[in-house]
Amino acid sequence: MDSFSALIGGIAGDGINEAGVTIGRILNQLGYRIYMYYDYPSLIRGGHNSSLVRASKSKIAAHEEMVDVLIALNQDTLKIHKLRLKENSFIIYDQDKVTAGGLKQKGCGLPITSMLKEEGAPPIMRNSCMIGALCKVSGIPWDVLELVLTKHVPKALELNLNVARKGYDSAVEFFKVNKLDQPPLPIVQGNQAIALGMIKAGLGAYVAYPMTPSSSLLDFVARAASDFNLKVVHPENEIAVILIAQGFAYEGVKAAVGTSGGGFCLMTEGLSLAGQAEMPIVIILGQRTGPSTGLPTYTAQSDLHFALNAGQGEFPRFIVAPGDAEEAYYWSGVAVNMAWKYQIPSIILSDKIVSEGVYSFDQAEAGEIKEELASLWMGEGKYNRYQYTKNGVSPLAFPPVKGQAVKVDSYCHDEYGVTTEDGRITSDMTDKRLLKGKSLAEEMAGHDTVKTYGQGRTALLCWGSNKGVCQEVGEKLGLKTIQVLVLSPFPAAKLYEALKGVDRVISVECNATGQLASLARCYGYRIDREVLKYSGRPFSLEDLEADLKKALSREVRA
Amino acid sequence: MNGSKSPSGSPGVSSSPSTTARPGTSASLATSPNMNPRELGTYTKNTWCPGCGNFSILSAIQTVLASMHDEGYPLENVVIVSGIGCHAKISDYLNINSFYSLHGRTLPVATGIKLANPDLKVICFSGDGDSLAEGLDHLIFAAKRNLDITLILHDNRVYGLTTGQYTPTSPLGFKGKSTPMGTEELPMNPIELMLVSGATYLARGYTHGIDLLRKLFRDAIMHKGFSFVDTLQVCVTYFNMYETYNKRVYEVQGNDASSFDEAMKIARSWDYNNMEAPIPLGKFYDIDKPRFDQVFPGYEPHPVDRDAKIREVLDSLI
Repeated sequence: MDSFSALIGGIAGDGINEAGVTIGRILNQLGYRIYMYYDYPSLIRGGHNSSLVRASKSKIAAHEEMVDVLIALNQDTLKIHKLRLKENSFIIYDQDKVTAGGLKQKGCGLPITSMLKEEGAPPIMRNSCMIGALCKVSGIPWDVLELVLTKHVPKALELNLNVARKGYDSAVEFFKVNKLDQPPLPIVQGNQAIALGMIKAGLGAYVAYPMTPSSSLLDFVARAASDFNLKVVHPENEIAVILIAQGFAYEGVKAAVGTSGGGFCLMTEGLSLAGQAEMPIVIILGQRTGPSTGLPTYTAQSDLHFALNAGQGEFPRFIVAPGDAEEAYYWSGVAVNMAWKYQIPSIILSDKIVSEGVYSFDQAEAGEIKEELASLWMGEGKYNRYQYTKNGVSPLAFPPVKGQAVKVDSYCHDEYGVTTEDGRITSDMTDKRLLKGKSLAEEMAGHDTVKTYGQGRTALLCWGSNKGVCQEVGEKLGLKTIQVLVLSPFPAAKLYEALKGVDRVISVECNATGQLASLARCYGYRIDREVLKYSGRPFSLEDLEADLKKALSREVRA
Repeated sequence: MNGSKSPSGSPGVSSSPSTTARPGTSASLATSPNMNPRELGTYTKNTWCPGCGNFSILSAIQTVLASMHDEGYPLENVVIVSGIGCHAKISDYLNINSFYSLHGRTLPVATGIKLANPDLKVICFSGDGDSLAEGLDHLIFAAKRNLDITLILHDNRVYGLTTGQYTPTSPLGFKGKSTPMGTEELPMNPIELMLVSGATYLARGYTHGIDLLRKLFRDAIMHKGFSFVDTLQVCVTYFNMYETYNKRVYEVQGNDASSFDEAMKIARSWDYNNMEAPIPLGKFYDIDKPRFDQVFPGYEPHPVDRDAKIREVLDSLI
């Protein structure tokens, strides 16, 4: 088969995320491209967690509702996910804890708890046993599993292998996942791709207060700090976070901060400071369901207008919303470069799906990131931090500079950087800052800020994590998909090009008010329908297809 | 020229300021087109009220900076960070590196600067509303980390720029514009708070005692670790305390500044509320403790081949 989906479920603490990634790695070794959606509630132990792993011959960034194999570590998994079973799906379960009575699908129950006891293995190793059984069931050779476990199991490898072997030997082959003629790729979390992209563009410091779905980015850079010579700080709150980042920027160290909506609320004061003081900073805003605490571990795309408008006053900002790991990598690098080139805040607008989703990552396909040089002071005459220039960008200098003072100011200021309340300087400096926005927009004309996939007179308009699902469903239904990558400066001309030959536009978003649709309408575009989902869950392929069919048929009747 | 170096996280960014001058070699005035240690003022018009205590703070710090220069410390290695309020205008009045930040936010900015380049001297000027109300979290954490920076608190015990409201150090019953019937909360004792939070240098100065003020500022700046100078700065317009202070202040003598208990005793001998109690000035506490900037990883950057490391990370994820 060319495509394959498996779900493993259990309670928090069972290691479901890692188990899902392991399944992904095994299928990766067979040449498949992977996407994994990890669904978990906001708690440490208990509850229900599941990893939905999908493998396909070509690149994917969306999950399917239905699964080929369901792996149940507990009864809840069967109860919650039995609707995902197709007639020919297969169930693997721990028969010491789960009864599969009443289900007509084939399956195999393994006495896993007792098998572990025999081996003297801890309960966390139930995963290895289950994955062993999964490999046998799907006709995956033992050596593939052995290779993956040997590379990725950090401790008690031998015991894990024994347990996996037991699972493998106790199960029966049910179908065959064929090996594809493609090399395996790195399997990365979106947050890792964001971090690596920023590092490639010269990141020097990362400052953050933990908040889902951006915490794993902080964890990753903290572990990688010495490898990449990064200064990683976790201070008292997000207000400190964004100001510490600007302290780094004052000294010429490229700094990024990461958070979600609630933390970004606290950062808006500092964001506006970066606008006035022209401090380059990069903000990763991983959206989750709001308002307020909302659903901490679930997704949303409801902070687009917040990101566009956060902070008092008017100042340019760069906002990009990557839709998969390659875009997360490449555009995070661009975000760092644009922040420094134009001395503005850059926002990487992610969400739970992109940030915590697991993808096959093709670095070559992602595009080359080069650290771009900022405009630097050449050391002649008196240094003026806010010198007027043709493109609005003043040359930078970082203390200590012999005989010079580098003066940064949150007040309206003159070229030197001391406070002024003069009306003319105030409007001139505003023009200077906005001029940087125009220069940035001109530069963006040379980038793929709007991407299109497929052809059709009806187009799906999407942004961020809905790229993958729109692309696949669009292709199936004969619709064009238009992805807006850069949200600020808004690529109106590029969108115009993309909409040529299209006579009906359906926006697809994970929010309740159609935020991209209303943004596009501001620029004069007609958006005919909005297909919105705001349950905290991402669109599955089946979900979107059904919603689109409904939207399209309504239109026919009208 | 330092201004032409690459603004990246790669080694070299946090280069030592010793590239400009080392102690003893003394940067020459002739090669300082924009920074004269004898004339550190800017062209900006000073807008503090006549008689404002801030003038003493400005004058004291100018003297201290000039003396540091004379001893060979290049002034381009000093960065001042101010908050928002009357105090903060000091950034505009000093021809020296400055980051005029937000209300209450001097310390996080200073933290970033110091971690980026631990060789700089970073001095925060902050108000009592600034650091004790809006930015109290940062103050406690700066002390807790014992980062090597100095905070000079312009403690006038009233909001000046917003024209006369009570602050965290205003005495009980203070009749400000927001509390016309008088406040109903006791003042905060910032020195006591800093002592329990982990600050390693604590002193109190008064703007009518310029010699002591200079000495304390200098001492605090030279101290290795988080130093805090509560400066009783009189606001002549909204809370003129000259008469009370002149009667009550005295300089502590012969105290053991290495003793936490003794420092606490001195700190508690005046609670910012009792108008009759003597008010101790001087150095209360001065100890040596590991500093955040010393233990912070990445203090000594090492060269790395980022592309190779990225490939290594990606390979490990296959």
